[in-house]
Amino acid sequence: MTIQPATEPELSTATLTHLQRLEAESIHIMREVVANADNPVMLYSVGKDSACMLHLAKKAFYPASPPFPLMHVDTTWKFRAMYELRDRAAEDAGMKLIVHHNPEAVEKGINPFDHGSLHTDMWKTDGLKQALTKYNFDVAFGGARRDEEKSRAKERIFSFRSANHRWDPKNQRPELWRQYNTRKAKGESIRVFPLSNWTELDIWQYIHLEGIEIVPLYFSEPRPVVERDGLLIMVDDDRFRLNEGETPQMRSVRFRTLGCYPLTGAVESEAKTLPEVIQEMLLTTTSERQGRAIDHDSAASMEKKKQEGYF
Amino acid sequence: MTLDTKDPVYLTDTLIAEDIDAYLLKHQHKTMLRFITCGSVDDGKSTLIGRLLYDSKMIFEDQLASLENDSKNVGTQAGEIDFALLVDGLAAEREQGITIDVAYRFFATDKRKFIVADTPGHEQYTRNMVTGASTADLAVILIDARQGVLTQTKRHSYLVNQLGIRNVVLAINKMDLVDYSAERFYEIVGEYSHFAKQIGMESFLPIPISGLKGDNIVTKSENMAWFQGPTLLGHLEQAPISDARMQDHPFRMAVQWVNRPNLDFRGFAGQIGAGVVRPGDAIRVLPSGKTTRVKSIVTYDGNLDQAIAGQSVTLTFEDEIDCSRGDVIVKSDEPCEVADQFEAMLVWMSEEEMLPGRPYILKIGTQSVTATVTEPKYEVNVNTLEHLASKTLGLNAIGAVNISTDRAIPFEAYDKNPDLGGFILIDRMTNATVAAGMIKFALRRSQNIHWQAVDVDRDAHAALKNQKAAVVWFTGLSGSGKSTIANIVEKKLHALGKHTFLLDGDNVRHGLNRDLGFTDADRVENIRRVGEVSRLMTDAGLIVLTAFISPFRSERRMVRELLTDGEFVEVYVDTPLEVAEQRDVKGLYKKARAGELKNFTGIDSPYEAPETAELTVNTVELSAEEAAEKVVDYILKSSR
Repeated sequence: MTIQPATEPELSTATLTHLQRLEAESIHIMREVVANADNPVMLYSVGKDSACMLHLAKKAFYPASPPFPLMHVDTTWKFRAMYELRDRAAEDAGMKLIVHHNPEAVEKGINPFDHGSLHTDMWKTDGLKQALTKYNFDVAFGGARRDEEKSRAKERIFSFRSANHRWDPKNQRPELWRQYNTRKAKGESIRVFPLSNWTELDIWQYIHLEGIEIVPLYFSEPRPVVERDGLLIMVDDDRFRLNEGETPQMRSVRFRTLGCYPLTGAVESEAKTLPEVIQEMLLTTTSERQGRAIDHDSAASMEKKKQEGYF
Repeated sequence: MTLDTKDPVYLTDTLIAEDIDAYLLKHQHKTMLRFITCGSVDDGKSTLIGRLLYDSKMIFEDQLASLENDSKNVGTQAGEIDFALLVDGLAAEREQGITIDVAYRFFATDKRKFIVADTPGHEQYTRNMVTGASTADLAVILIDARQGVLTQTKRHSYLVNQLGIRNVVLAINKMDLVDYSAERFYEIVGEYSHFAKQIGMESFLPIPISGLKGDNIVTKSENMAWFQGPTLLGHLEQAPISDARMQDHPFRMAVQWVNRPNLDFRGFAGQIGAGVVRPGDAIRVLPSGKTTRVKSIVTYDGNLDQAIAGQSVTLTFEDEIDCSRGDVIVKSDEPCEVADQFEAMLVWMSEEEMLPGRPYILKIGTQSVTATVTEPKYEVNVNTLEHLASKTLGLNAIGAVNISTDRAIPFEAYDKNPDLGGFILIDRMTNATVAAGMIKFALRRSQNIHWQAVDVDRDAHAALKNQKAAVVWFTGLSGSGKSTIANIVEKKLHALGKHTFLLDGDNVRHGLNRDLGFTDADRVENIRRVGEVSRLMTDAGLIVLTAFISPFRSERRMVRELLTDGEFVEVYVDTPLEVAEQRDVKGLYKKARAGELKNFTGIDSPYEAPETAELTVNTVELSAEEAAEKVVDYILKSSR
C-alpha cells in the first residue's frame, strides 16, 4: 500500500464536461421513465427550467418525438408572454399539450388579489392532483432542482407519491448507481426530477450553449410595474387591481423566476442578453426563489407544501 | 463556533465583471466531480461543507439571513451561525439535531463543478452512506484530530472501499485544536495506514485541515508549513473522475429503450457504461451472443464519430438482429460474462430482514430478473472486520451471499465495472429497495450445470397419459379443509382415469423437509422445495395436488413462476379463522392459544389470502364434497 502522491493526473481530452455529464444523466433518467411507465407526462411551467427539460427530452428520444404529452397546470394568471411561448414550444417539439384549469377555482374566480395562499393551493396544488388523477398519469416529470431549497436537497430523483399524492420524506427509496426502482403499487405515482443535479448556473450555461428559447421576460426591458410589499409587480393585463394612488411606472426590469404575474417580483436590471443575465446572476447576492411570494413563510413551508402534494 | 470568513471566494472571478463571454467560454469546459463526505458525529463535516459552499459563494445573502435566524432558534452554537443548519434539510431532522439522510450539495470553482453527497455519521445509517458512495468519484473521510481513528472511521472506510471508490482523502480536521501538530498528524496517518492495509485499500491522500479556520481548504495553511501536499480543494480540482477511468475498459452499453419512430429507423438507446464506440465497430449483443457492426451513433446534435463512457447515445446496427431493453451491447471480441449464479456482497437496507430462498427482483444494468439469495456465507462486522456466521441479514448488515437468478444475465465483477456489477434487490410485495449488491464473481457451477437434453420431453409424458399436467395448489388456514378436499379431488380424478399425485404436509414434512421448522425462513424453504418437486412431477405429466397452508403470497407466486403459464391452479380454501379454530381437528389452535405452539398461522404468524386465485371455495357455504366437485370441474375444463 502507498500513500497517494499528490499527482497531477492528465485530463484526457475525452473527459466529459460538467454539462455533458449532467445532460447524459438527465437523458438516462428520462429513458428509464419511458421504458417503465404506463402513462408518463411532462409538467411544463414555461420557465427556464422547463425549457431545459423539454430540450433534454427532445435529445433523449431523437429522432422520435418525446413519447409523452406536456401538461401545463395553469392558473390563468401567468404572464401573457408565457402563454405565447408555451403553445409554440409544444408544437415545435411535436408533443401534445394538455392545459388544466381547476374547475372549482374557475367557478369561484380564485385570484391572487382576493385569496392569498388559497390561490396557489387551489390552482396549483389541487389542480395538479386533479389533472394527474383525471388523465391517469403514473409518472410526471418536474423541473425541480436540488439547489433550489433545503428540503429538495434530500429528495430523490424518483420521488413517490401515495394515492393521495402525498410525499413521505421518511420513507424514500435509496437511489444507488444508475439504478432507479420504478415499481409502484396501485394508485401510487412518481414525480421524476431529471434536473435534480443541475444548479441555476448550469441551467443558464446550458441555455446559452444550446441556444434554447426562453420567455423574453428573463431579459430586461422597460415594463409597467408597481411597487408592493417590497416587490416590483408588473401590470401585465387589465385584471390588475391598482390600489389608490398606485400608477404603473415604466422601469427597466427583468424576472429571475416566472409564476403568476401578480405574485412575481421583478428585479431592476439592464441585462438584455443571456450573457448579461448570467453575469448579473453571478454577481448578485440573493437567491432565486426570493422573488416568489410563496416562500416567505417559515423555513419548513416548502417541505410542508410538498408533503401535501405541491410539486 | 463561527466560521472564519475573512477571505471567502473562489468564484468571484474578475472575468465575470470584465468579460462575461470569455468567462462563459472558459466555464463550458469545466469537468464535474462527485464526492462523498463521511465522518463521525462532530467531526465537523457540516462545517466543512458549509465552508466549501460559503467560499465558493454558494450561500446567498438571503440564505445567510435565514440561516442566522435559524441559528438563533434551533442552532446548537449558542446563537452564533451554525453552518450545520445550512446542510441539514428536513424539519424533523433539524429538531433532532442530526442529519439522517443523504443530501446533495453543489458548488463550483473555475475548474470544476462539484456534487457533494452529505451522509450521516450515525452508525445506524449505513444505508445512506452506501447510497451516497455509489455515485461518488472520490471520498473525503473526516477525522477529528483530537480523536484519531474511531470505530466510525473504520466503518466508513470499509464501506467506501467496498463501493470501489479509489480516490480517498483522509481529511484530518480540527488541526487548530491540536496546535497544528505535525506529530499528531503523522501519528493518525500511521494508525490509519495500518487499518487501510487491512481492508485492502490501495491508497489514500492525507491532508491536515481546519474546516472552521480554513486551513488547507482553499489556500495553503501558514500554520502548517510542514505539510507539502495539496489543499483539499486543490486536490478535488484535479482528482480523476470515474467515467474517465472507465474509458480504458472494453465497450459496454446496457440497452434502455428501443427507439422506433418509423419503419426505417431502429435505434438502441442507452448510457455507455464503459469504453469507447465508433461506427464500424464489431459488437455483440448479450445474452443472445448475436454479432453485428455499429452503423451509426445517433444524437440530436448529429451523428458522432465516437462516443465514450458516460454519454447517452442511440446506436444503430448494420444488421437486423434482436436486441431489446435489458440486453448489453459489448465489444465483439471482448464480451463480458453471462451467468445465473453469483457470489455477491449485500448491504441490507430494509427493516424487514432478508429471507433466504424468497424470490426478490434483482435489477442490474437495465434489466430486472427474479433472484433468490442463500443464507449468508458470512456477515461482516464492519467495526472489527470479523466474519460472523449468520442466518440472515438485518437492516444495515453487510454479508456475502450466493445469488441465483431465473435466467442468465450479462454482468461484470463490481470492482472492474460498477455499471454491470452493482445491483439492487426489490421486495416484490412492498416494492421497497431492500438491498444493494456488488457481484464478486460467477459461481463455477453455473457455467457447468447444463440442462440435460431429454428425448422424451414433458409434452410426451403428458400425452401418453392423455392429460395436461397441472399443479392444483390448495392454500388456506390450518383446519380449513385443504387436505380433506384435495383427497376427494384426487379420488374423483383417479376414477376418471387421470394420473395424479397428492403432496401434503404429512408426506413431505416427514421426509424431504424433515430438517425444516416453522420460522418464516423455514416456511419459505418448505414451499420452495415443494414447488420444485411439483415442477418435476409436471414434467412427468402428472396432475399434482398440494395441500399446504403456504401463508405467503410471494412464495405461492414463486411456485407459479416455476411453471408454464396456465399450469398453476391456485385454490383458496376460504374458511374464517373463527370457524377453523372452532373445528380444530388436530387440537393445534388450542395449543397455539396456550402458547405451546409458536409461529402458528392465524395466531402469531400472518396468513396472506390470495388476491387472484383461480378458484375460491368457501367451506362455510359448501360441503367438502361440493367444494371438490367445483375443483374437479375447473381442472377438467381447463385441461381441454
